Amino acid sequence: MNTVLFGPLGLGPADFAQLLGHFTLLSLLAIGGAITTAPDMQRFVVGQQGWLSDAQFSASVALAQAAPGPNVLFVAVIGYNVGGLVGVLATLAGTLLPSSLLTLHATRWGERQRESRLLRAFTTGLAPLTLGLLVATSWILFEPAAQRLGSALLAALTLAIMLRTKWSPLVPIGIGALAGALGWAG
Amino acid sequence: MSEPALARPHSCGALFVAFTRLALQGFGGVLPVAQRELVERLGWLTREQFLEMLSVAQVLPGPNVVNLSLMIGDRFFGWRGAASAMAGMLLAPLAVVLLLALLAAQAAQSASLPWVAGALRGMAVVAAALVLATAIKLLPALRKSPLGLPLALAFGGATLLAIGALRWPLPWVVLGIGPPAMACAWWRIGAVKRPR
Repeated sequence: MNTVLFGPLGLGPADFAQLLGHFTLLSLLAIGGAITTAPDMQRFVVGQQGWLSDAQFSASVALAQAAPGPNVLFVAVIGYNVGGLVGVLATLAGTLLPSSLLTLHATRWGERQRESRLLRAFTTGLAPLTLGLLVATSWILFEPAAQRLGSALLAALTLAIMLRTKWSPLVPIGIGALAGALGWAG
Repeated sequence: MSEPALARPHSCGALFVAFTRLALQGFGGVLPVAQRELVERLGWLTREQFLEMLSVAQVLPGPNVVNLSLMIGDRFFGWRGAASAMAGMLLAPLAVVLLLALLAAQAAQSASLPWVAGALRGMAVVAAALVLATAIKLLPALRKSPLGLPLALAFGGATLLAIGALRWPLPWVVLGIGPPAMACAWWRIGAVKRPR
């Protein structure tokens, strides 16, 4: 039961506070969606704290993408794997509270200012950063599996499906699960 | 009176149910489902209103569809509506994904089920490619950017290098590259003087 509540690593209150603090900081930097902060979450959770392995981190994101609902729930899976249900509370509250409060306050202002030069400069200037962050996220998720030819083929197949067909992402996710279970990729 | 008569949710409970329903249909992305449910099935928003709210939701930090649910809930019932819509968007999918995480964590530990860990690794490769596909789909938008493609690619490339290769902390990267990029955008937008 304790593993479900507090996770397998035996984290203490100070660890949970750090987890909450880091995800809170990232919340307001999540320009272009929560997934763009994944590289920094990985840097913190895997690189700095050593709470998860590279492969565990990537699998956490993958699991959330395979489930229904907003993709932001990958932070809940990371929270669960690091610190059980308390970890979920820390990562999810940290990710959602600051950005949600800002959204509620900024919405009406934003709708009025949509054509203003300042807001256009803000969004135009940040767009390339979003793109760079997405590519970095993709690489960090791919890295644990990068040694294998099967992984590259699977990634290429996924890209082809997403860019050339109107199929649901569930199709490549299913193919990936099968290929990984059979030991061909991943 | 150019506004067509729109339907509206009759209570916060109705908002919660509507957002739960659309979130649970959203495999690999909620946005297309949200458009279909809110605009086409329920008729709570016109397509133009939906697009406008989405563009504001995307400017703000945070998960886009969660921001969108907050804005739509707020539009109908203030902060109570915002909380109801966001709870609908998150609670049921959270229960599902946590159940999956629990099962996966137990299966990956047991030595008799090595294929579960394998399947997760295969899905992670697909997840990486899904994110890359999103980036590629956004590339045409960058070509239309007032920054111009070379400058936009330079800022994007610098971000990729700093985060992906050098693994610098995100706050420093955003603070270091964001303001120059915004300043260039400010200058270019002024220089173009909006042809129209």
